[in-house]
Amino acid sequence: MSRLLEVCDLRVEFRTRDGVAEAVGGVSYAVDAGQTLAVLGESGSGKSVTAQAVMGILDSPPGRITGGQVLFQGRDLLTMGAEERRRIRGAAMAMIFQDALSALNPVVPVGAQLAEMYEVHRGMSRKDARRRAVELMERVRIPAAAQRAGDHPHQFSGGMRQRIMIAMAMALEPDLIIADEPTTALDVTVQAQVMEVLAELRREYAMGLVLITHDLGVVADVADTIAVMYAGRIVETAPVRDLYRRPAHPYTRGLLDSVPRVDHRGERLYAIKGAPPNPLALPSGCPFHPRCPRAQEVCRVERPPLYEVTAAAGTGSPGARTSACHFWKDELDALDAVNA
Amino acid sequence: MPEPFDTRYDMTEAIAPPGGGPVDPAASGPRSLTGGPPLKGGPRRPPWRLPLRGRGEPGRRFGGPAAPTGRGLWTDAWHDLRRNPVFVVSALIILFLVVIAIWPQLIASGNPYHGDLARAQDGPAPGHPFGYDLQGRDVYTRTVYGARASITVGICATLGAALLGSVLGGLAGYFGGWWDALLSRIADVFFGIPILLGGLVFLSVVTSGSVWPVVGFIVLLGWPQISRIARGSVVTVKEHDYVQAARVLGASSGRTLLRHIAPNAVAPVIVVATIALGTYISLEATLSFLGVGLKPPTVSWGIDISSAATQIRNAPHMLLWPAGALSITVLAFIMLGDAVRDALDPKLR
Amino acid sequence: MPSTPSTPETGTAEPVLEVRDLAKHYPLTRGVLVKRRIGAVRAVDTVSFALRRGETLGIVGESGCGKSTVAKLLVSLERPTAGTIHYRGEDITRLSGRALRAVRRNIQMVFQDPYTSLNPRMTVGDIVGEPFEIHPEAAPKGDRRRAVQDLLDVVGLNPEHISRYPHQFSGGQRQRIGIARGLALRPEIIVADEPVSALDVSVQAQVVNLMEALQNEFDLSYIFIAHDLSVVRHISDRVAVMYLGRIAETGTGREIYDHPTHPYTQALLSAVPVPDPEPREGRTRLLLTGDVPSPANPPTGCRFRTRCWKAQDRCAVEVPTLTPPPGLPGAASHPSACHFAEERAGIRA
Repeated sequence: MSRLLEVCDLRVEFRTRDGVAEAVGGVSYAVDAGQTLAVLGESGSGKSVTAQAVMGILDSPPGRITGGQVLFQGRDLLTMGAEERRRIRGAAMAMIFQDALSALNPVVPVGAQLAEMYEVHRGMSRKDARRRAVELMERVRIPAAAQRAGDHPHQFSGGMRQRIMIAMAMALEPDLIIADEPTTALDVTVQAQVMEVLAELRREYAMGLVLITHDLGVVADVADTIAVMYAGRIVETAPVRDLYRRPAHPYTRGLLDSVPRVDHRGERLYAIKGAPPNPLALPSGCPFHPRCPRAQEVCRVERPPLYEVTAAAGTGSPGARTSACHFWKDELDALDAVNA
Repeated sequence: MPEPFDTRYDMTEAIAPPGGGPVDPAASGPRSLTGGPPLKGGPRRPPWRLPLRGRGEPGRRFGGPAAPTGRGLWTDAWHDLRRNPVFVVSALIILFLVVIAIWPQLIASGNPYHGDLARAQDGPAPGHPFGYDLQGRDVYTRTVYGARASITVGICATLGAALLGSVLGGLAGYFGGWWDALLSRIADVFFGIPILLGGLVFLSVVTSGSVWPVVGFIVLLGWPQISRIARGSVVTVKEHDYVQAARVLGASSGRTLLRHIAPNAVAPVIVVATIALGTYISLEATLSFLGVGLKPPTVSWGIDISSAATQIRNAPHMLLWPAGALSITVLAFIMLGDAVRDALDPKLR
Repeated sequence: MPSTPSTPETGTAEPVLEVRDLAKHYPLTRGVLVKRRIGAVRAVDTVSFALRRGETLGIVGESGCGKSTVAKLLVSLERPTAGTIHYRGEDITRLSGRALRAVRRNIQMVFQDPYTSLNPRMTVGDIVGEPFEIHPEAAPKGDRRRAVQDLLDVVGLNPEHISRYPHQFSGGQRQRIGIARGLALRPEIIVADEPVSALDVSVQAQVVNLMEALQNEFDLSYIFIAHDLSVVRHISDRVAVMYLGRIAETGTGREIYDHPTHPYTQALLSAVPVPDPEPREGRTRLLLTGDVPSPANPPTGCRFRTRCWKAQDRCAVEVPTLTPPPGLPGAASHPSACHFAEERAGIRA
């Protein structure tokens, strides 16, 4: 499988009145064609900033990319010219935002907004473009698409608007889609519909998908690989099953244990103590150590690298697993002991 | 299995950035990111089970390390203003104007009414740097004394309009219903009155030459602007959950308005009022120029400009000084208003 | 631990709150000064339920189902169009003045958004102490500061932070402040409207645990309103599922989550993503088509019929009653407002 997107050691700073915040502190991840990578993290973890940097839509200032590479099909987006980058961004990679209402032009009918993509990028005639736009709306299962193409964004419900955003992103059949919390604002039944549409189209066009979310449930449903972010860094990457069955970082495990389940009523929830750190004053060493039940002296002093997690014999599927915990082995052993 | 954590006191270790929980730097410019040093609330106490009953830990009252002072809207605004040269300059000019409005003798020893017809329209002379006017009065002294009328009218009219406007607008916004509809229509009627025409009509019947009819007229025409702002601001604040929370607690309307709504709704009113102050001063001058505002013997820049206007060719200095003083005063207040708006309006940050 | 001493389904515990045929219609009007009624948004329509002492009743539903309006009606922020709310045998919907204030002491609220539910101009001490100022009889004046600090302690905040401002706390800490305020008057009932949905996952669990602990400690009854079915299952003894202003199905947590009989509940449950990749192959997904209809113009008969795969002609004509469907065994026999209520295989792994 070919490597579609590779983010290497990306660093982003934010200059604020009170100092410089390291929003993204050396993030690396990769997506293969046709694969779904979920970037999981809480607010402020840097997951959205990373995506904005990759897409080239980072607000600058105050944001600033201070290092790293973003390789898209082998070419570095950060060093190429603005014109070339714009062409790639329009046609080969697209983004879906959380808030469809503000991402769509409120005064232009949605059909015309979709058709414009074909007119501008494919040089189609107006009539053909309109026809394609309606087809596209049908593809994302908007009922009575032909009639509704003349409606404005505010005339659609939240779920329908999000489908139109998906249609916009899919219009030029990009190789990569970055979806930033695409269903967070939606109700659960609508969320299921939208994720279904997204997953189906992704499969059909064999696109790569980077799904940015805080929702462990959505991730479990659609992701192939997961990267967990905390305080601007990746703390763990793993294939989806491994991550849920045998998390190799205390933060991941804490997250998994702290969500209530709809499929069975649990006992008292595990709660990770404290709150995520202030990006202006990250803790020394491992940024998770003040909240970590496993923290030792070394965690306070030494920042853990991303260790390669080697699967024990007979467990876990092969594939790259990493964990930024000095004690990932102990973490896994403890887990296995409990499960045994 | 994980031990259930005792979650109490955990937060003392990681003081979250103020201004909204975990900071998402992607969000619009963070207001203030430091929350002071992480506080340790004394030694970590053992988790105790049954609070409010049988708790004996004497000496644990309010001592401890002083909490950092709150950096709320006003503190933040003041922090910004002090560093804003526009604010500093305009504030110094206004301070100076207020002082000479109260004590004009400080910098002008002469008598603004005393005229020496022999020197009428004369240019600058030793001890009389701005020259003389039509009736041989010292332009410098009159310019200094004229500040009093302008500042008085400006401040009184602004206070009156702001008070009337925010009370009426605030009540309309808070109670809504027919009272709101009625008040809004009345405000519209006053909005519709052309200021100069209204001034010529209303003030021409007034014989008093003092500042009060002019102040009253400006208040009458100025309050609708403030009331609109106040109403909108109150309507916005009213929807906030903390106002609902006060109502759930059973707070009276008065309490809700004074403690919860007014402090949060007042900022836009202050901004608009500060900017309006400058325009009120120029409005007073305009009315006086037209002969319906202040009348002699009151000393006013508007009156002096009016009488100097006819002599602009042969004695421009008579016009230059009062007009210059007026411009600087109006400019100072408008600049102050701008600076205050920039500091108070979070959307511009 | 969230155990209830007397299991609610046995009905031994006395109800503290009884809601009967509650309705809230917001009039839709047109016109500027003279308002003409052109219809109504039927936000809540004939909702009935009871809350027993010490239990948690979860109300789930999607946006626009009326669950937040129910919360506002329960805490008398809104007056119902019809129906009654009996607190300890007394209908509180007609109360006002002193009698209403007395009831408010016992029914308090926790809000969704920890960023707008605290007045940014007040210190934490003033916020948590405000209930005592409104209800002076609740705590003698000299003890108030102490009482506030105790409350902060109870909710897991450092009592020394009493003079800090809300923006100096993180979202989770702010929600604790809101809970402390709700707890101050020692209410019997707390209505919590989406209390954790604005919080990060890792902080949600802290607040849920805190609420559970406080329930046991103070013998509280909760109305827990949320759109997150997982959180509701975790904390609730009984659950009511709302759709478009009506209760579709109600029962114990086990009855609703493991034996749902209403098609809407089944669809809702099947749509919830489970944080576990394992069962994703074995589950049936019931994907609903379309969106929730407008509450200004709800469908006749059964309100869910426009999105229901079981809908027949009967559903358009006859409003289904919220009663246990006849002929269903065991846990499936709980009130369900569907003419064709039945269990369905494969909804839950």
